[in-house]
Amino acid sequence: MSTDVQGPPPEATEPEEETGSEVALAAPEVIANSLGEYARIWLSRIRNGDSGALPVIAGLIVIVIYFQVRSSLFLSAGNLVNLAGQAAWIAVLGMAEVFVLLLGEIDLSIGYTAPLGATFTCWLLLPPHPAPWPLAVLVGLAVPAIFSGLEGLIVTRLRLPSFVVTLAGQLLALGLLLEVMDSAAPSGGGTIRLYPGVLADLYSSSVSPVAGWIVMAAAVAGAGALFLVRDTRRRASNLTAPPLSVTVLKIAAMAVAGVVVVLVGNTNRGVGFTVVRGVPWVVLVVVVVVFAWSVLLGRTRFGRYVYAIGGNAEAARRAGISLTRIRVLAFTLCGLTAGIMGIIYTSYLGSVSTGVQGGQLVLLAVAAGVIGGTSLFGGRGKMVGAVLGGLIVAVIYNGLELLGLGAAPQYIWTAVVLLAAVTVDTLARRRSSTA
Amino acid sequence: MTTPSAEGARPADAGRASSPHPLVTGATDGKDAMDTPDHTQDPAPQGGTDPQASTEPPASDGAQPLLRLVDVGKSFGPVRVLNHITLDIPPGLVTAVVGDNGAGKSTLIKTISGIYTQDEGQILWQGRQVHLHTPKDATDLGIATVYQDLALCDNLDIVANMFLGREEVKHFQLDEIGMEKAARKTLADLSVVTVRSVRQPVGSLSGGQRQAVAVARAVMREAKLVILDEPTAALGVTQTRVVLDLIKRLKSQNIAVIVISHNLNDVQSVADRIAVLRLGRLVAVGSASQYDAESIVDLMTTGTSKRLAAAPAEPSAGSSREH
Repeated sequence: MSTDVQGPPPEATEPEEETGSEVALAAPEVIANSLGEYARIWLSRIRNGDSGALPVIAGLIVIVIYFQVRSSLFLSAGNLVNLAGQAAWIAVLGMAEVFVLLLGEIDLSIGYTAPLGATFTCWLLLPPHPAPWPLAVLVGLAVPAIFSGLEGLIVTRLRLPSFVVTLAGQLLALGLLLEVMDSAAPSGGGTIRLYPGVLADLYSSSVSPVAGWIVMAAAVAGAGALFLVRDTRRRASNLTAPPLSVTVLKIAAMAVAGVVVVLVGNTNRGVGFTVVRGVPWVVLVVVVVVFAWSVLLGRTRFGRYVYAIGGNAEAARRAGISLTRIRVLAFTLCGLTAGIMGIIYTSYLGSVSTGVQGGQLVLLAVAAGVIGGTSLFGGRGKMVGAVLGGLIVAVIYNGLELLGLGAAPQYIWTAVVLLAAVTVDTLARRRSSTA
Repeated sequence: MTTPSAEGARPADAGRASSPHPLVTGATDGKDAMDTPDHTQDPAPQGGTDPQASTEPPASDGAQPLLRLVDVGKSFGPVRVLNHITLDIPPGLVTAVVGDNGAGKSTLIKTISGIYTQDEGQILWQGRQVHLHTPKDATDLGIATVYQDLALCDNLDIVANMFLGREEVKHFQLDEIGMEKAARKTLADLSVVTVRSVRQPVGSLSGGQRQAVAVARAVMREAKLVILDEPTAALGVTQTRVVLDLIKRLKSQNIAVIVISHNLNDVQSVADRIAVLRLGRLVAVGSASQYDAESIVDLMTTGTSKRLAAAPAEPSAGSSREH
């Protein structure tokens, strides 16, 4: 396996070198025959910046260990659940951004369209005549979805840079937020409360401990069965499948992660005599969103086309793919996911305020996506990465807060991590295109 | 079958013809054009003076060409890029289109593949007149064009690239297993054995392998005619051989191939027929064995070749009738 040849070799390359670069870039699942070979191929892929989730997880573990050493409270059940809550909304906004980042675009407006949608949701739930909560949710999702969809239409049809269009969208959304808030809560001082109910319970209420175990076991068993069935069918069709040991390791890792989440969630985190146990509902929401969007991106034509456009828009166009339709749809899904975040965030804070730091939120979302391995140049990245990236951002915030440090180091360290992630992304891209 | 207009057109244009060769329209059927080496294209019937565009009956016998261009012209503003091109593409053979920069090679293949629509003349596909207004019109007929830039997504794997735009769906999900099997079979049919896995990203492939993937994609869409635009331009010696072998495999599957190339070595090693373009005119077309590198260069640069002057001039009409 060559160490220095990546990407298409220059002309008249020796066959040995070609093989080397192929091995370096192909997914280990498809060409490894044993666990040892799998590990070697995987290591060479890391050098190409296309290594999957494990380096991100490794980075996360290092940061967690650091904070645990500095403060023994960090890994306490109470703080971990708190952390999950913080990570949830960053991760969901990160997933929203992944849809457009994969196209090589960006949506800067979602930091304000999300609270704009949530304001409508809260407005509809106001006491005298509260609307049914599903309707309120629907409106809260539709507003940012349509907003981003229109931005996507402008970007595609007028061929304007999405950076500028969505920057204008950000200002427009803030203006609309102020306007709508004026009507929704004229005497609220720019704040509208989320009245108790299903949505408020996302954070304040938990899955019962027993139900937590059942859901987790079902999820892991289902995912494991899916993996094994797929491998078996591939082998039955005479296609290469990952070695059984690798699949078993993956399922075991999922099971361990699930057990840890439920164990931590089910530990009593109440203060004094109150008993608070169970995994917060919001964690389940994030799991459902990441599963749904991963299937959409990985197993449908739409997802395939998003990657294709991000990789080579001209090739996608010549293949007969409607760039306008896919781009507008991706922007719309970005907005829709931002709407989910808006409701989660509102549930987290208990209210929506016009003082929301939307510009900062969207930058955290981009950071979560990029830290999680999504390329800013499009065509590479996964939804799961955004969740891991969101977790890293949340750990930095939570840990520094726990250490009693203020906002300054939070910003600085997030900046450092983001810069590192973008550097890795860019270097990997440069190496694979010039080698 | 030579049509009467072939002879009729000749005297009318002879005065203006820059070529000393016998004037032969593409109105002969495919076998004629390929078997009679002395068929050199009339370079310059001007629009309006030539009755053949309207009067010429298409070949009606069994050996009809797959694709026939009749008197096709294309202008960009005042610039006449294609000038009365009449050319037959027979099935199952490799036709090389050569010419210097600006000769109109690209415009010609873009016209055939539906990117441009010709200003005048007709295009006949299997004897039927067709109108190619969009690339889809051409691909629907079975004309697949592989452009120099290949139009591959480097971030997607080979299977995804080969099925891009026409993925198979099963149970609301992409049918990865079915697509992978089909992709492997197509690559195996083309004897593309050097790729280690069809699941590796195209960005990791060598130039020749990328070309192979692009061609395999065209073949999988049941192309009857594959147009390759400068397939070996960016390749080294080994990779070029891979691509030339690929072209031979296409031919062995009875797929017609048009190769645009600057590289006369490549042309001579794979082409059955050669068509030479110069300044928008077809100055020569005939069996590849009839031309050597010097005569092709002469034709490309001056439109004539003294080296071909010895070729029998008269029998063009007579030999055509033999069929």
